[in-house]
Amino acid sequence: MHDSDAGPKARFLEIREASKRFVTPEGGAVNALDALSISVRGNEFITLLGPSGCGKTTLLRAVSGFEDLDSGSIVIDGHDMVRVPAHKRPVNTVFQSYALFPHLSIGDNVGYSLDVAGVARAERNTRVGQTLEMVGLSGMERRRPRQLSGGQQQRVALARAIINRPKLLLLDEPLSALDKNLRQSMQLELKTLQNELGISFVFVTHDQEEALTMSDRVAVLDEGRIQQMGDPTEIYDRPSNIFVARFIGESNIFHGHVVRANGGRAEIETGAGPNLTLVGVNLQTGMQTSVVIRPEWFQLSADEVRDGGEGRSSISGRLRQAVFVGTDFRVILELADGSEIKATIRDQRRDRVAALRSGDTVELWYPHSGPHVIPQETSA
Amino acid sequence: MSRMIEGRRRAILAILLGPVTLFLGVFFLGPLLIMLIYSWLEPGLYGGVEWNFYHHNFGRILGWADGEIEEFDVVYIEIFFRSVRLALTTVGVSLLVCYPAAFWISRLEERWKNLFIFLITLPFFVSLIVRLFAWVLILRPTGFFNQVLLGLGVISEPINLIFTPTAVVIGMVYIMIPFMFLPIYASIEKLQSSLLEASADLGGNRLQTFRRVILPLTLPGIIGGSIIVFIPSLGNFVVPSLLGGAKVVMIGNLVEHQFLYARNWPFGAALSMVIMAVVLFFLMIYVRMMMRDDAAVSAQTRG
Repeated sequence: MHDSDAGPKARFLEIREASKRFVTPEGGAVNALDALSISVRGNEFITLLGPSGCGKTTLLRAVSGFEDLDSGSIVIDGHDMVRVPAHKRPVNTVFQSYALFPHLSIGDNVGYSLDVAGVARAERNTRVGQTLEMVGLSGMERRRPRQLSGGQQQRVALARAIINRPKLLLLDEPLSALDKNLRQSMQLELKTLQNELGISFVFVTHDQEEALTMSDRVAVLDEGRIQQMGDPTEIYDRPSNIFVARFIGESNIFHGHVVRANGGRAEIETGAGPNLTLVGVNLQTGMQTSVVIRPEWFQLSADEVRDGGEGRSSISGRLRQAVFVGTDFRVILELADGSEIKATIRDQRRDRVAALRSGDTVELWYPHSGPHVIPQETSA
Repeated sequence: MSRMIEGRRRAILAILLGPVTLFLGVFFLGPLLIMLIYSWLEPGLYGGVEWNFYHHNFGRILGWADGEIEEFDVVYIEIFFRSVRLALTTVGVSLLVCYPAAFWISRLEERWKNLFIFLITLPFFVSLIVRLFAWVLILRPTGFFNQVLLGLGVISEPINLIFTPTAVVIGMVYIMIPFMFLPIYASIEKLQSSLLEASADLGGNRLQTFRRVILPLTLPGIIGGSIIVFIPSLGNFVVPSLLGGAKVVMIGNLVEHQFLYARNWPFGAALSMVIMAVVLFFLMIYVRMMMRDDAAVSAQTRG
C-alpha cells in the first residue's frame, strides 16, 4: 500500500505566483491570494497559519479544486492541476464542518470514495473496517453521523479523507469545533497518523498553538501573502516582520534607531527608557529598526540571565500588574513613555514576585544576545 | 402543586387548540361524515336520498351498477384511471419544471432569491378563473401560441391545442407550480454546499454527486411537493372544464356534475370517497416509509 519511493520529495506540492481577487459587496476588490508561492515536501506536515481573511482557506480551496485561481499554477507530484476538476485531483479534504453525509451510515460515509470509484464490495468493506480502526471507531459502520459526538464525527471525516490514500491531505481548521482537551489529544493523533500514512498534510488554522505543536513547517499568511515560512522554533524565535512577531506568541516590540554600532554590537535608542544593547547583530548607526523581546526572555535579577558572557542589561518601569497563572507569573510594567512591556517570570519560590506591589519600580533583565532584530521592513 | 401546573397546561392547550378543533370539527369532520353516510344511501328519484342501505353507488364506479336498468359499463373506472394518470403527469411535469428552477434560484444572491420566489408566488394574486381564461386565449386556434408559430412559419395551419388532454396538463402544471416549487426549494436551500464539495473531493463526478447526495437529501421536498400537487390535481374540476371542454372529463368534473346537475348526491359522495381512499393510500405508503427510516435509525442508537 505504501509507495516505495515515498521518501521526501523536495517539491511535492508546488504553488507558483497564485493570485485570486474577490469582489466585495461594496464594489471593492480583495486580494485573497497575492502572487503567493509555496512548496510542500513529501511526507511533510505543513500548517498555513493566519488571521481570518488572510487567504489560507482560499489557498486550500484552490489546491482541492473548489476555487479557480486568477493566475498562477498548482503542481502536485509533477502534474499541473489548474485544469483538473476537483473530483479528479489526488487530494482529499477534511472540512471544517466535517461535511459528513447525513443520510449515509458511517460505513457509507467512509466508503464513499471507494463506492464512486467502483471498488468491489468485499475489498471496500475490509478497507472501511481497517480505516475506522485506525481512527478508533471500530464497529461503528452502521451508525448515522448525528448519533456521534463531535469528536467522533471529526474522526469519521478523517477516516473518509484518508481511506483512498490521497497524495496530499488538506485539513481546513478541523479541530476548531472541539473542546480544548479533545483538541489537544487530536493534535497529537493527527501528527502520529501523518507519520504512519507517510503522506503530506496541509493544515489550515488560526490557532498558533496548534500550528506550533504539530507542524514540521509553518507558513504565516496575511493579506494573501506568505509573511514567513519556517519550522516552528524559527518562526517563534526569529519572526521576519512585525506582523509575525505580533501574531505568533506574545511579544514586546521596541521601535528605535541605532545610536552606536560596531563589531556586531549595537545600541538602540527607543525613547522607552535606557538604550537597548544588542550583540551579534548587523546594524549600522542611524538605521531605524524594530526589536522583539519575548516575555519569557526577561528575568527579574541579573544573575538569572544566561548571557553566555555577552553581557546583560535591564529595563525598569513601574509595576502595573503581577498575576500568577499556574507555573508562571505574568508581569506588566509601565515604562517611562507610558508604554507597557510584558514579562513571564518563572519564580521557583514564588515569594519574590508575590512580594511586589503595583507601583513598585521593577527591573527586568535580558541577555544582550537575546533580543531579535526584525529585518528592515520594506512595507509598513 | 404539579397537578395544578398540569391543569393549567391543559387549560392553555385547550385555549390554543380549541378554535381550530371546533372549526375543523364542524366544517370538516361533519360534512365528511354526511358524505360517508350518503355514499351508502339510495338516491332519491328527484334528488335527495332514500334512507335505505345501498351499495350500488360503489358498484357503479367499478362498472357493475344495480343490474336492473344499467349494464356493465367501464366509463367511470376509465375516468377514474384517466384522472389518476393526469394527476401523476401533473406531478411529474411540475417536478421537472420546478427542480432545476429551485436549484438555480437557491444559488442566487439573497435579493435575487427573494425576487424570484415572489415571482413564483405572484400568480396567487390573480383570480384562478382569470388566469385560466388567459390560457384559453393563448391556446385557442386563433390564440397567441398558434399566431406565433404561424408567423414563424413553423406550422401552416393552427394546431388544435385547446380542449385536449395536453391543454389540461398545461393548465394543471401551471396552477400547481408554486405548490411543487416551495417544498423543493426549502429542501434544496437546506442542502449544504460543503456536502457537494465533499462528494467531489472524494472523487464523485456530477452525476454521482447528484444521485448519491443531492437526490437523497432533497427527496423529502420532492415527496412533499408531489403529495401536495397530487391531492388537489386528482379532484380538480376547474381546469378540465375550462381547458378540456366537454371532451376531457375528469373525476372532479364527474363529482361536480353529480352534485350540481344530476342531483345524485349519493353517487357523487361515493366518487369523493374513492378519491379520498386513493389519496390516503398514497399518504400511508409515505408515512410508512418515513417511519421505517426513523425506526431503523433509533434501533441503531439503542444497539
